[in-house]
Amino acid sequence: MTTTPTPARPVAPKASVAAASLSACSKVFGSFAAVRNVSVTFPQGSATMLLGENGAGKSTLLRLVAGLIAPSRGTVEVFGDTPQNQRHRMAYMSHAPMLYDELSAIENLNYFSGLHKDGSCACVGNPEMALRSVGLDPFLTRPVGQYSQGMRQRTSLARVLQSDPQLLLLDEPFSNLDAASTRQMIDLLTDFRTWPLAGGGLRTIILTTHQAALAAPLANRTLTLSNGELQPPAEPAA
Amino acid sequence: MNYLNHLWHHLQKDLRIEWRSRDSINGMLFYALLVVFVFSLAFDPTANPTLARQIAGGVLWVAILFAATTALNQTWTREQRNAVLEAQRMAPAPASALFLGKVLANLLFVGLIEAVLAPVFVIFYNLHPLGETSLLLLVMPLGTWALLCNGTFFAALGLRTRNRELMLPLILIPISLPALLGMINATAGILTGDEGFNPHLWIRMLAGYDIIFTIICLFLFETVLTAE
Repeated sequence: MTTTPTPARPVAPKASVAAASLSACSKVFGSFAAVRNVSVTFPQGSATMLLGENGAGKSTLLRLVAGLIAPSRGTVEVFGDTPQNQRHRMAYMSHAPMLYDELSAIENLNYFSGLHKDGSCACVGNPEMALRSVGLDPFLTRPVGQYSQGMRQRTSLARVLQSDPQLLLLDEPFSNLDAASTRQMIDLLTDFRTWPLAGGGLRTIILTTHQAALAAPLANRTLTLSNGELQPPAEPAA
Repeated sequence: MNYLNHLWHHLQKDLRIEWRSRDSINGMLFYALLVVFVFSLAFDPTANPTLARQIAGGVLWVAILFAATTALNQTWTREQRNAVLEAQRMAPAPASALFLGKVLANLLFVGLIEAVLAPVFVIFYNLHPLGETSLLLLVMPLGTWALLCNGTFFAALGLRTRNRELMLPLILIPISLPALLGMINATAGILTGDEGFNPHLWIRMLAGYDIIFTIICLFLFETVLTAE
């Protein structure tokens, strides 16, 4: 009798598989529907900008893709699998810095880098390089709690970039940055999309922002959410 | 090997943060000393050494339980601050390693408090154990582990509740009652030398309790961590 061996490690996704897809997805908190019946696909290699007013459901949609919350209805797939099974391929940056205030930037990054060394990803980035790439000094010994909002934001971006994700989810990544820093981060993210992936394939970015004009050079696709619903793309002006 | 690396990573981080903030240790030490002091005022242990030996075990564990509760309430608070817990949930590392790392860190913190508390306790209560004193080396870690393993788990369970400081002792104390009974009776047996207490039996019971609850907590922790 022969049995099919189960792969010990998650296999690299095929290029034809979407980086993320939501199918008839809704998320209800109590009596409030934050996301309503959204169906959307994020192809591999795309950079999608999610726009919408406050409370439109942008952050909820990102959290659904990240697998931090489960949909009330519908399904969410990341690389054709559940988001939980693909955690090693994606990284998520939220409004909050997701860093320990008591640790310095390099200590925070070293810690999170260690958590990604699970054997399935041989390409964990270098925390020092990640900090340099966002314009921070890796030898800064001050704890993150003493950083300015902008520095925390940069450290947070370095935290997600160092895990070398194939799918990068960014929730308002430029909210605390000045215009010059924002442009620098956009250049960095544009460059990030071209970084080669160890297992092949293309990098995907989904970001929410209110600074559409600034982020426009990064995104090749724009989606708008309103009251939890995905709006049809605007007709190009004649 | 990977699991141990993750575990070491979490433990190292918790120790480093505590070393810098000293949030848990200072609070616990003050609380534990206060409990021992107040109990010693309530009755005169020097006047009745037999009574002192009989109740000392209970007083000691009450002091440790109350002190540990203050630390356990804070153990997940620093993970919630800045939404770090979400980064933990996104990390492809086993959730149980995070839990075990926290329990081990808390064990070191509470162990340190016990090391300070023990001589103070002996002096305040004028204690001269009549039983097998070396058994305390088994009772103390087993009892502390029982409190901390359950405490860390239920502190995580209460993360999303509004009154989590109140919820923790309300859940932890009833669940830990068999363990508390074991710790108090074993300690009383060692201090009094009374064969009726049979410390060996209570130690075996404590070890069984620790094994069962550690396994349950390790298995259920991921569900608790990912719950909305």
